[in-house]
Amino acid sequence: MKPPAREITFTLNGRPRSVEVPLTLSALELLRDVLGLTGTKYACGEGECGACTILVDDRSLCSCLLFAVDLDGRAVTTIEGIAADDASEPLIQAFVNAGAVQCGFCTPGLVVQARHFLAHHANADRAAIKRALEGNLCRCTGYQKIIDAVAERVAALHERGEEKDARSRS
Amino acid sequence: MNSPAAYLVPASVDEAAGALSRGNATVLAGGTDLMPQANQGVRVFRHTLININRIAELKAVSRSGDWLRIGALVSVTDLLQNSTLRGICPMLAETADHFASDQIRNAATVGGNLCNASPAGDLSPPLLALDASVEMACHRDGRLQRRSLPLDQFFLGPRRTALAENELLTAVQIPLPPPRHYGRFFKLGIRPALDIAIISVALAGVLENRKLNRVRVAFGAVAPTPLRARRAEALLEGRILDEETIRAAAQAAREEVTPITDVRASAWYRSEMVSSMMRRLLHEAAGA
Ligand SMILES: Cc1cc2nc3c(=O)[nH]c(=O)nc-3n(C[C@H](O)[C@H](O)[C@H](O)COP(=O)(O)OP(=O)(O)OC[C@H]3O[C@@H](n4cnc5c(N)ncnc54)[C@H](O)[C@@H]3O)c2cc1C
Repeated sequence: MKPPAREITFTLNGRPRSVEVPLTLSALELLRDVLGLTGTKYACGEGECGACTILVDDRSLCSCLLFAVDLDGRAVTTIEGIAADDASEPLIQAFVNAGAVQCGFCTPGLVVQARHFLAHHANADRAAIKRALEGNLCRCTGYQKIIDAVAERVAALHERGEEKDARSRS
Repeated sequence: MNSPAAYLVPASVDEAAGALSRGNATVLAGGTDLMPQANQGVRVFRHTLININRIAELKAVSRSGDWLRIGALVSVTDLLQNSTLRGICPMLAETADHFASDQIRNAATVGGNLCNASPAGDLSPPLLALDASVEMACHRDGRLQRRSLPLDQFFLGPRRTALAENELLTAVQIPLPPPRHYGRFFKLGIRPALDIAIISVALAGVLENRKLNRVRVAFGAVAPTPLRARRAEALLEGRILDEETIRAAAQAAREEVTPITDVRASAWYRSEMVSSMMRRLLHEAAGA
């Protein structure tokens, strides 16, 4: 017997999608196993590690704890959407430059969370960056390089902002 | 994991209560307790899954008369960021700041935290210390009825509450704190974030001249339900917070709790920490 399901429509990385989902399917399973977007990672499955972080209506959430049916009518951004956005390129490059990627499994979740955080807190200090990333576990890097990468972006955004200010004043 | 057979997304409290009145339903809010519990097989879905996340009324924070009303779907992130809430109940923001991670706070709701009724639920001690009541709604005689219950009568045991099967928790109501209201929350855990409390404690009252009036002391993770330490409260009421009063209150609190030993800590350690954290919070209040 087919498990009870519901047809949902949502925006996925800017494009409308309609799909039938079983009632207990998680958003993570929908993305990976049904839609083939495997950038979002399954790791702990309990909301502890953040490897499955996605953005839903501009909130970052653990997709492993989210019922896929609850995506109906919402706007979802995954790492694939972020990677395709040119504006994310400097952050991704900062991760590479800082050596913030080792095995890489936690990286998509971290980039989604960091990108979202920077969009709202362009002036964050190191302590705020640490707090923002505390829901993302990394078992390789010891975190310093990840925080370095995000801090580098804050510094760069700041410099650019000041340049812009200087230009508009002159 | 079993599956519910049906799925409803009510748009109003009335509609949700109507759906609940037909019985055999599971309510879904943020899902941060429901989903892991279902995955672990400790929670079975009833016939109908009722997703309450599209009910606008439940997301509101409002002030009317002498009351602050926090809708059941207000998130832990809202507790941290909503300026009305921060202004009136800074203790709730302090609590939210020690709650899980950004991703979880964005999903976790106030109503879900209370209905899950974990003895270690972080929002219970501060809400008890703020004299909160919970508002519940159901359909009776074909009409929507609401009732209110003081939070300290809501918790019946681990994961058991006074909420009837056909009821929805709609809001938490808090009497507006009087001037010079003081409130602190402390959560003891091994990590600063993403940790279930070993113990938690909330202290509140009106603080003047090193005296607390209308004292409230509430603990989490030290009894089958979150609990008010009424003997400690009585010992503190209106007294100067000197060494002797603080020691007596901390001792009383230690005797009021009935912690258990589990993977996180032994009963003995929890008792020690109850009196130790109590002393710390009272010394801070005395110096504030
Ligand atoms: C990684 C992780 C970390 C966590 N950290 C903390 C922490 O630091 N502190 C803490 O206290 N908790 C923590 N939790 C537990 C959980 O996030 C909270 O209890 C949260 O507030 C639950 O809210 P929810 O909206 O997700 O509830 P849900 O999972 O949707 O629901 C919880 C229960 O309440 C019922 N319910 C929900 N809303 C209503 C309503 N309005 N009326 C009737 N019934 C309702 C549901 O049927 C279910 O039984 C954590 C969970 C995870 C996964």
